[in-house]
Amino acid sequence: MLVNMLTGSLEQGLAYALMALGVFLTFRVLNFPDLTVDGSFPLGAAVSARLIIAGTHPLLAMLTAIILGVMAGLLTGFLHTRLKIAGLLAGIITMTALYSINLRVMGRSNLPLLRQNSLLTIVQDLGFSRMAATLLSFFLIVILIKILFDFFLHTELGLALRATGNNPRMITSLGVAPQKMIILGLGLANGLAALSGALVAQYQGFADIGMGIGMIIVGLASVIIGESIIRNKRIVWATKGVIIGSIVYRFLISSALRLGFSPTDLKLVTAILVIIPLARPRRGWLEGIKKIAMKEKEAG
Amino acid sequence: MLRLKNIFKTYYPGEPNQQKALAGINLDLKQGDFLTIIGSNGAGKSTLLNIIAGDIEPDSGSVIFHGKDITRRPAHRRAGFIGRVFQDPLAGTAAEMSVAENLALAKVRGQKRRLNRAIKKESRTEFAGILKTLGLGLENRLDESVGLLSGGQRQALTLLMAVLGSPQILLLDEYIAALDPSTAEQIISLTGKIVSQKGLTVFMVTHDLRQALKTGTRTIMMDRGEIILDIEAEKRKTLTVADLLERFARLRGRELTDDRILLQAR
Repeated sequence: MLVNMLTGSLEQGLAYALMALGVFLTFRVLNFPDLTVDGSFPLGAAVSARLIIAGTHPLLAMLTAIILGVMAGLLTGFLHTRLKIAGLLAGIITMTALYSINLRVMGRSNLPLLRQNSLLTIVQDLGFSRMAATLLSFFLIVILIKILFDFFLHTELGLALRATGNNPRMITSLGVAPQKMIILGLGLANGLAALSGALVAQYQGFADIGMGIGMIIVGLASVIIGESIIRNKRIVWATKGVIIGSIVYRFLISSALRLGFSPTDLKLVTAILVIIPLARPRRGWLEGIKKIAMKEKEAG
Repeated sequence: MLRLKNIFKTYYPGEPNQQKALAGINLDLKQGDFLTIIGSNGAGKSTLLNIIAGDIEPDSGSVIFHGKDITRRPAHRRAGFIGRVFQDPLAGTAAEMSVAENLALAKVRGQKRRLNRAIKKESRTEFAGILKTLGLGLENRLDESVGLLSGGQRQALTLLMAVLGSPQILLLDEYIAALDPSTAEQIISLTGKIVSQKGLTVFMVTHDLRQALKTGTRTIMMDRGEIILDIEAEKRKTLTVADLLERFARLRGRELTDDRILLQAR
């Protein structure tokens, strides 16, 4: 039972880790609260499912998903930097628009991938079990993306992107337009989210219009859990933390299920998971309680 | 090299809090000129620097750099030839990035940023070399987050970054005002060294009248958006702070009343 839970968490954690890396890129590196993910993640699932059903090679379908995810991010970036719409709102607008687009892509609200070719069946055909094929292919993809991601953030361009999130005034004075970096970062992050959606669709065997709901919070939860496990703030370590965070998050969720929570409660569980580490109660509230206790003691 | 022609700038025009920041500024600087700028709060000193940097567009007038009109060019496209140190010691560096990464950001100032590894082995030796000139031991802390450095150390690093990637103009906006006296002294002498070594054209805003007369090659005093005094090299030597205050009173028909200036003038 526990073994099943662990492998299940590992498989899902890896599939969602790419989306979490995207959230890390916008929220942490770029310091931009991007909610596009709730739309770009199911976009990746919808596009890849639709293409796979139409007979496209799964790898090509995933590549298309990435490109369309990037475009979703670019749209949010355009709304924010060129049309001057507030960041949060720009993401919500794109996410809302994507809901209709995703339905158009799928043609209905749920698109099963039963008996279809997928990345997983291709690897299985090489002689692996379903589980081994899943773990192997997801692991390789995540490692490859992590290496590229880390490398990118240490290039001249990547440094400029990080500095934009850190100190936009300074990077402007060094010759970089922060707005361009924001657009670039949003594009990359949502490309990752879409790829993640494509993996999840193939893993669970269907794409669903509702699969993006609350995705941003799932991503944030993974980032936060990762940060509490790996405290080293260097990029290479931080991205490792995000991946581990995504896996641990899945483990916590399946533990919640085992504790008797119903699947429909999971969003609530996730929300609480995010609130606890993010909450910064008013300073001194604990002292305040102590003081009251002391007074009562004196009075008593 | 850099000419400002009849620059006007008013904030919030037509509103009750309308504020005339610059009113007909004309300046002509040659390569290697070191201009110190003094004046009370609201005199327009920072606005002047922001217009040169491209953060603010003037309402009218033009900024000419080497014969080219750059008045409407945005800040990030001027960065190739303008280095800048802000008043806030934390404003010129990225706190969450390492010392070496900050220097690497400045090294490609104004250039197109590529997908090359930003910090190569050679650049580490180069960075260690320039950091050594500070004498703060930063050459051994290349991989530490800048956020761990003190304000003075960060401002020293910002100064190094501001002159990396060979800019021709250096803008210093009260860049030592927030530092303790000894660190400030150290940074001033470092500035002098770098500026003469690289032949930079400098605009330095300061509240310290004595320092304004002591440093650089030319001093201007601003008041209410105008340049009211322009003193060139030789004449500055015989001038005292008392003379400056006296001439201000005579020119403007009122006393110079700015606590920060007067405190330092005593």
